[in-house]
This record gives sequence, structure tokens and C-alpha cells, in this order.
Amino acid sequence: MQPRSSWDCSSRALMHNIYLKDETDIEGWRAAARRLIAHGITPQEVDWYVGPARDAAVQADFFAMADDATNLPAAPSSIVDQENNAGIAPPNIFAGQPGIPAEGRSLMVPRQFVELVRSVILHCAPERFGLLYRVLWRLQQERGLMRLAGDADVARLNAMTKAVRRDMHKMTAFVRFREAMVEGRPRYLAWFEPEHHIMAAIAPFFIGRFAAMDWTIMSPRMGMRWDGNMLHFLPGGKPGALPAEDAGEALWMSYYRHIFNPARLKLKAMQKEMPKKYWHNLPEAELITSLIAGAGMRTQAMLERAPEPPRRKVIGYQRKPRRPDIAGGNE
Amino acid sequence: MQVKRKLEILADAAKYDASCASSGTERRNSRDGKGIGSTTGTGICHSYAPDGRCISLLKILLTNFCVYDCVYCVNRVSSNVPRARFSIDEVVQLTLAFYRRNYIEGLFLSSGIIQSPDYTMEQVVEVARILREEHGFRGYIHLKTIPDADPDLLARAGRYADRLSINIELPTAASLSALAPEKDGAAIRISMARLRERIDAGKDKTVSGKRPPKFSPGGQSTQMIVGADASDDRTILSTSADLYGRYRLRRVYYSAFSPIPDASPALPLQSPPLVREHRLYQADWLMRFYGFESHEIITGEQGMLALDMDPKTAWALQNRAMFPVDLNRAPKSTLLRVPGLGVRNVQRILAARRVRAVRLDDLVHMRAPINRMLPFIQLPDHHPGATLDAASLPVRLKDTHAAPQQLGLFI
Repeated sequence: MQPRSSWDCSSRALMHNIYLKDETDIEGWRAAARRLIAHGITPQEVDWYVGPARDAAVQADFFAMADDATNLPAAPSSIVDQENNAGIAPPNIFAGQPGIPAEGRSLMVPRQFVELVRSVILHCAPERFGLLYRVLWRLQQERGLMRLAGDADVARLNAMTKAVRRDMHKMTAFVRFREAMVEGRPRYLAWFEPEHHIMAAIAPFFIGRFAAMDWTIMSPRMGMRWDGNMLHFLPGGKPGALPAEDAGEALWMSYYRHIFNPARLKLKAMQKEMPKKYWHNLPEAELITSLIAGAGMRTQAMLERAPEPPRRKVIGYQRKPRRPDIAGGNE
Repeated sequence: MQVKRKLEILADAAKYDASCASSGTERRNSRDGKGIGSTTGTGICHSYAPDGRCISLLKILLTNFCVYDCVYCVNRVSSNVPRARFSIDEVVQLTLAFYRRNYIEGLFLSSGIIQSPDYTMEQVVEVARILREEHGFRGYIHLKTIPDADPDLLARAGRYADRLSINIELPTAASLSALAPEKDGAAIRISMARLRERIDAGKDKTVSGKRPPKFSPGGQSTQMIVGADASDDRTILSTSADLYGRYRLRRVYYSAFSPIPDASPALPLQSPPLVREHRLYQADWLMRFYGFESHEIITGEQGMLALDMDPKTAWALQNRAMFPVDLNRAPKSTLLRVPGLGVRNVQRILAARRVRAVRLDDLVHMRAPINRMLPFIQLPDHHPGATLDAASLPVRLKDTHAAPQQLGLFI
């Protein structure tokens, strides 16, 4: 996506380009959103970007400009906000409405929204920043908005947060460590490709579970290593740097093969919860095709096999009389 | 025998237990750097087998040698399946090794009965004790308990386990004594009652405010085999309702009896369709979360659930006089009875309608299954009119996914 010029003549609107520090810059988003609201800048007037500003004309920090009254549109109603030292007129939307806060005061932000921001910001869709700002903008007037799960914007936020949570959950499930001895100490290494920006957010789970282990999880965008005391973020990597499969993994493969019941194939149910996009990082997934292919014959063989008498001597089990303490139970 | 071969035999022996849940227990972690492991509220399924079942726990038997001769069981004494026995240490090491690689949430340990119920139970409990006390294992442990074992052993099991289970096996006492002659139906229920007492006591604070010692914080569950005897769905669901009510079980698992290696000639040749198991789970959900009574849910002939549609839709079709339901006015208990409307969407509708009227568009955005719902609901911009009473409605609402998928199974 090309950044739009800060002066978009066709729509005669002043566009404000916001540049966030990184993909999950929640502090940056919050600070920007707070000030945009305070200045009454509508969602349509804002473009959001990640990374350093690319347009020389807007290199300067947006808020340096924002505080420069000349760079902001004058609101027609010209109601001067007492709180705003820069003397910027708030827009119509706040005019005459007591309780609508300006900068420095608290915004109308329901708790559910704050929680949504934390997870939606991790989503990979570039429009998330703008969508969050639009909902924040609408919340200033539509107090019940977050309760309207059928509202298109709220539904989109809910869907995004669900996708992020699912991605995080699937990461806790599908990370597979391989073991390598480094200087006499086992190290656990995994490669995982999350869809969303969840690496830092999921770190506490792995620390809480494997605090005494030395583990590293690499992904295309970033990696992290827990050395037993501290978490270190690493630059992104490439797959293939893992230790070779070993006896431990072979046991897991055996287990997967044998816990499967060939008499009940339910492929849809499996793929719904373990979509193919995860398979290439799951060692056991390479068994799936052959297990499915052999299932029909194995089941048929079980059905057709004539019952055999026991090959061992079976001694009839004599149930002992029920224990007196159990017989006196409280049924 | 190598550990790998034992694992193969004892996983084969364990796979007919449907439960693999790692949910419902207290939250723990090992952030302090001692020991290993954590638990989450909802549990984690680390993999799925092509049978559609979640693999959350290392589910194995300590041994598949067994002195019982339960007809439906792959491990019965008269079966010719290969046998193996893990040492306690082998199970402990396997669990830890799998856990460190993030393959599993923990261990589900069961066992064939060897020597005596007490001896077997002691071995099972010892595995859990070593994991907890010697290795600081804070992952999930589910122990299958043996109803005839000493109550003190069950008490010890509950100290180390997150969940305990005793299988009820069959829906009626008559079926149990016919198919599992060594099992004692009354003893099973008495043990469940004992577990309930201890689990309840583990949750209550004492008068002085002290926490009692924890006992199986994830509660207890059971499993019923479907299709090995002639019990109909009505019998199965009323047994479940009784078990939920009387022993406060967290879950009743239904396991459609499926062909096993070296099956007993006393078993029915035909296994029940898997969709029957699926319908029983749906009905079970309706009883636990949707306010349905077990006797209401059976709408099919001869005490069976309809196979070609979900039980809530089937119920609604037989009770059309109660519809259409006005989504903006009906109480929660009525909303829960609308086909296609799940608990979550009911909560969303209740929240939304306090702000403004809910309309058709809202349901679309909420991704509710509109087509199933429309004949039964009323909105400011929708009324089902004659479609609700149309004779063709049942045909329209048939579940086209479930049935054909089943037909291909045993070809």
C-alpha cells in the first residue's frame, strides 16, 4: 500500500499519516488515537503505517504538526476547547456535548474495547489500526456500541480477536521442540510460523511451562530464546536449522500411529482443528496419508476375521465378595 | 521388550477410551524454575489423529494384561492381542520426554487389572506420585480408577490427579452383568459417590476459611459404550442425566463401539453409525447447557435420536407451536431453544437488544447459521410466515453433511 499524500486534493481533506514503531506498537497507537480524538480528526482523515515515515513532507512527528494549529483544519463552529493549549478548535462532533473529553482527560473507552485492542493489534491485517480508531471514534457517541455484536465494525473486531486467540492457542499446541546437547546441556529448539504478530504475547505461556529448560522458538519475523533466566528476542530466521529427528521423536511417531483407530475415520473433524497449513511443522503429519490409506483394509480385516479361541489358558476370574466398607456405601 | 514396542501395544490398548480432555483443573505453572509444566483452563489439544480425536494427553495403559473378560474390551483375558507391561519408571520417563517436546499436556493412565484391583491401583497411583513429588510435574494427570480398589487408594489418587474417572461402561445394569461379568455396577456407582464427596469437600472452604487439601480439581468423568448392547438413546440419555445429577460428573463420554482386533463372537457384528455417537454428544450438550430435559430430546422412533438432523432442530420441528420466537423479546431460556442459536450468540443477542433492536443484518454479521434459524425466529425485518408450518420444512432442514460421510466409512 502506498502512503497517501498528506494533502489529498481530490477529496479536499487533510490526511494525517500516523507512523507506528512496529506491528504491535500498542502504546504508539493509543497515544496517537488519544490525540486524534482530542483534535476531532475523523477516521477518514487518518492513514496508519508501520515503520519510519516514508514521505519527507510528513517526516516530522505528526503531533508536532498537530500541535501547530496551522496544520489542522479549523472547525466551522469554532468552539474553543479550554483544555487545548494550542488553541485548536474541536470539531463539530464534540461541540456542545458535555462529557466528551479532550486530550488529557479520559476517553470513552469501555473495558471490552481495551481488551479487544490488546489482541486485535496483534492481527496481521494492515487495516486493524484504522478499524480500531474508527470504533474508538464511534464509541465517543455510541456508548452501547461494544454490546452490538451484530454491528459490522464490532463483528470485524470480534472476528479479528478470535483469529488472534486461535493463532496463539494453536501455537501453544503445535510448537514441537527438538533436543540438542550444547556444552553438555540440553537445548530445545522449534520452528513455528504464526499467522499473526503473536510471538511476544505468547512468550509467557512457554516461560510458565518450561521455565527450567533452555528453549528457542524461531519464526520468519522474529525468534525468542529463554535461557532459563531471561527471554531474548532474536531476528527472524529460516526453517531448516533444527537438529535432526531423533529417538524421542520416533517414539512420538509410534504413539501417533497407534493411538489412531482405523475403524473411525473422521477427516473433516481432524482438519477443522489441525488445518493443513500447520502440517509441515508437525512431524506426525507425514503419517496421516498412509494411516488413512490403510484404514479401510485394516477395518475390513478386523470385521472378516473369524473369532479365535483364546491361545492362552484363561482362568475364570472370581470376583471377591464386595468389600464391607464399599458395601456400606451411601447410595 | 523395547519401550517402543510396549508403547505401540499399550497405546493400541488405550485408544478405545474416548476422553483426552486436559481442561477444568486449577491453573498452575512452573515459573519458579522448579519442576516442569503448567495447566490452562481450557486444555490444549496438541494433535489430531485421522479419527478426528484430539491428542492432548499421553493415553496409555500401564499394562494390558487383564484378568477380567469384558466382552466389548480389546484387552479382555480371552483376547489374543499382544500383551505388554510398562515399568513405573518407563511411564514417568515417557511422560516427561513427551512433555518437554510440547507433544502433550500430560498423562492419562489406565490399566488392565492384574493380580488384584488394589495392586493395580497402587501401581497407577505410584506413577502419579513420582511424577508430582520427584519430578515436580505440574502438567495434567488423569487417572482411571478401579472401583473395587481400597478407598484409601482412591483418596491418594485424587491428591495427585487433576481428573479421575470410572467407566460406567454400559447404560444399564443388566447389560453390564451380561457383557462385563466381573464388573459390579453397584460398586461403580458407590465409588462415584465417594469421589463426588471428596471432590466437593476439596472445593469447599472450611469454617475457619482454610483450604482443604485439593482433590481431583478437574472433577470426575465416565464413559459409556454405545451400540454394544441393545439400549436405545432414551436409556442412554436418562442414564447420563442421572449420572450428571447424582455424581456431578464433568463429562459423560460416548464411545460408539467399533470393530476391534480379535473381537468376541458375543459382540454384535454391526457397529453403530458414528453419527449416532455425534447426536448423543449434541443431546448431552442440550441437557447441560441449553436447559433441555433428557426425555424431551428423544423425538425419533423407538426411543432413538434422529440421525439426519441435530436434536435441537428435530425438537423444534415437533414443537412448532412454540415458534416463531421473537429474538428481541423472548427470555434467555427460550432463545436457547432456537435451532442454530448457540450459547454465545444468545448472550450476544441479550446484550445487543438492550441497546437497540436486533435485526437480520446483525445475525449475518454474527455469522449465525441463518438458514437453519429463519423458519423459527421473528425480527423487525423478518417473519417466517408460512414456512414454519410448511410440510416440507423437515426435508429442508436435514443435515446433508452427516449422513453421506458415514456411508463411506466401512466400504
